[in-house]
Amino acid sequence: MWTWFYRLASPPHFYRVAASLVPWLLWPALLLIVLGIWGGLVVAPADYQQGDGYRIIYVHVPSAYLSMMIYVTMALAAGIGLIWRIKLAHAVAASCAPIGASFTAAALITGMLWGKPMWGTYWQWEPRLTSELILLFLYFGYMSLRSAFNDLNQSDRASAVLALAGVVNVPIIHFSVLWWAGLHQGPSISKLDAPSIVFNMLWPLLTMILGFTFFFLGVLAMRVRGEVLEREFHSRWAQDVLRSTSIMEADR
Amino acid sequence: MNLGLGSLFLIVLQRDLMIAMRRWSDICNPVVFFVLVVALFPLALNPRAEFLRALAPGVLWIAALLAALLSLNQLFRADIEDGTMEQLLTLPYPLGLVILAKTLAHWLVTGLPVVAVAPMLAITYHLPADAISTLLLSLLIGTPTISLLGSIGAALTAGLRQSGVLLALMVGPLMLPVLMLGARATDIALSGDDPTGPLYLLGALLALALSLAPPAAAMAIRISAD
Amino acid sequence: MQDGAPQGKRFTEVELLTGTGLTLWRGANCLFDQLSFSAAPGGALLIRGPNGSGKTTLLRVIAGLTLAEEGDVRWQGRPLSARDETGRHTIAYCGHATALKPDLTTLENLRFFARLSGYATSALPELLASTGLTPCADLPARVLSAGQKRRAALARVLMSGAPLWLLDEPQTNLDAAGREFLERVLQKHLANAGTAVIVAHQSIDMGSARTTVLQMGEAA
Repeated sequence: MWTWFYRLASPPHFYRVAASLVPWLLWPALLLIVLGIWGGLVVAPADYQQGDGYRIIYVHVPSAYLSMMIYVTMALAAGIGLIWRIKLAHAVAASCAPIGASFTAAALITGMLWGKPMWGTYWQWEPRLTSELILLFLYFGYMSLRSAFNDLNQSDRASAVLALAGVVNVPIIHFSVLWWAGLHQGPSISKLDAPSIVFNMLWPLLTMILGFTFFFLGVLAMRVRGEVLEREFHSRWAQDVLRSTSIMEADR
Repeated sequence: MNLGLGSLFLIVLQRDLMIAMRRWSDICNPVVFFVLVVALFPLALNPRAEFLRALAPGVLWIAALLAALLSLNQLFRADIEDGTMEQLLTLPYPLGLVILAKTLAHWLVTGLPVVAVAPMLAITYHLPADAISTLLLSLLIGTPTISLLGSIGAALTAGLRQSGVLLALMVGPLMLPVLMLGARATDIALSGDDPTGPLYLLGALLALALSLAPPAAAMAIRISAD
Repeated sequence: MQDGAPQGKRFTEVELLTGTGLTLWRGANCLFDQLSFSAAPGGALLIRGPNGSGKTTLLRVIAGLTLAEEGDVRWQGRPLSARDETGRHTIAYCGHATALKPDLTTLENLRFFARLSGYATSALPELLASTGLTPCADLPARVLSAGQKRRAALARVLMSGAPLWLLDEPQTNLDAAGREFLERVLQKHLANAGTAVIVAHQSIDMGSARTTVLQMGEAA
């Protein structure tokens, strides 16, 4: 088990494994997302209160779910990198941040688009949108700390400490935002109440969440490959990879 | 040679306070900044009493947070630059305790004066007496939490040249729960209700920050001193 | 060390410093690869090499301030850390920075480290006299010359009572008398079975102590 783990954590080995993994992640992602969109836009019935406006949840909910899930993944990877000093884990954490920030932005934008027909305004200080906004700040803080260091090793470890401090804080932030919003009795995105969720509304949502997750993993694998190659630029295997790709391009 | 942990804490605390006393501007700047920010709102907005009263909890808390964020940048910077941190790192003592002593010294010279002048400023915002006592209490519990959370960020950026905005961007979101609870507690007292709930929650956050922030900041300092 | 004498202690004979397989990259630059060294009690290790060859970094790795990517540094067969089995202070590190606070006086600056390393503060005037710092004891450290700051940093090393001295170019800014003082305390430390690792450009007279030279980088 451990030897397998250490072998995977070696950059050249990972670089090869990830390359073969990418199509196995991105093709299912495409299939699931197409299926989910068809289910969400065609099969699922209109909501009796919100009409067709609610259908944006098929993008909003998976994005919001991934924005949180990726932050936790990033903090886990950063923690593993910090404690066991595994460079690949730092590369994974570094690659997570821009993807996570993008999904957070997507969740915010779709949330605002949903807000317009719901509340008549694009923005309400409502707990879930507010939490997403704070999460976006956390991602920005992480990424700007990363870029502030000249030394990669220092940048990896410092940003790992920040990611861990952030992940401890995320539930605290979440609950204080809920508490804060509860005091105001403000409007909230009306949930699809449990009894009203019919099977034809639910399965496209779950399909989309699964599809988005596969998409994230595929993009992550691609990003980590690039990150690893850049980090190991001076090593022989990276030079071999670079030489072989440039020869291929020359042949074309 | 084996120094007790209590005396280690006191030695570091005493020295940092002594250094701060030799530099009065470092003590005065955050308070003056705090007063300035608070004074900006009536000038830019509307000086009517009931309007200011509604604004007071949020404004005073935001100003206190900003004053803390500005001063935190200096928490470990001089120690990293002049080599003091290298010496502290090669001494056989738990670094977390040293960090805690330094953070406490920093709060005593920058945070406590802000807390002390806050009631006076609250009077200029026409805040009633029981709301002022809640404000004072919430700041007294909340600003040490802000300093402790900020010590992690200050430790991470201590070795970087341009870090003021970066520090605020990094640790600002982490401090939002303190801001929300503190301002809201004052607000609740202002509307005549019982603010003990959020004050207890603030206390819980302080306890959490006391136990988790120093080791995290110690880890960060080792990275910054590298 | 409570007797206050800066040089009064003999260190046990078994203390031994070894570094094995140390590797460190900075970006695409390899500072050192599979570097090994050792130093015996009463022996000095002299690190030499051109600028940028990683001498200071190696010293910082030994001090535990910088993490090596591979390899380890051991002291008496155990990983070297700031405290040994008995909780005693093992390392006295003297880097380029002198760790003096400009707003405190020389005496106040040294008193802080004296209290932290368990050195009797009553012996401080004597120590200041021996390092030639008595005239500036009550001056704020910001007015000290570079050489005086270096002397203050050496005084801190003497106070530490640590068996392992890590000195980064200790002769910098010192005048002839200062260099002579440095050599004298160094010889005494080694004669007491202490160990020293020194980054030095100029030659240092170690007296009869055994000196090993570690050449870093290409011998240019």
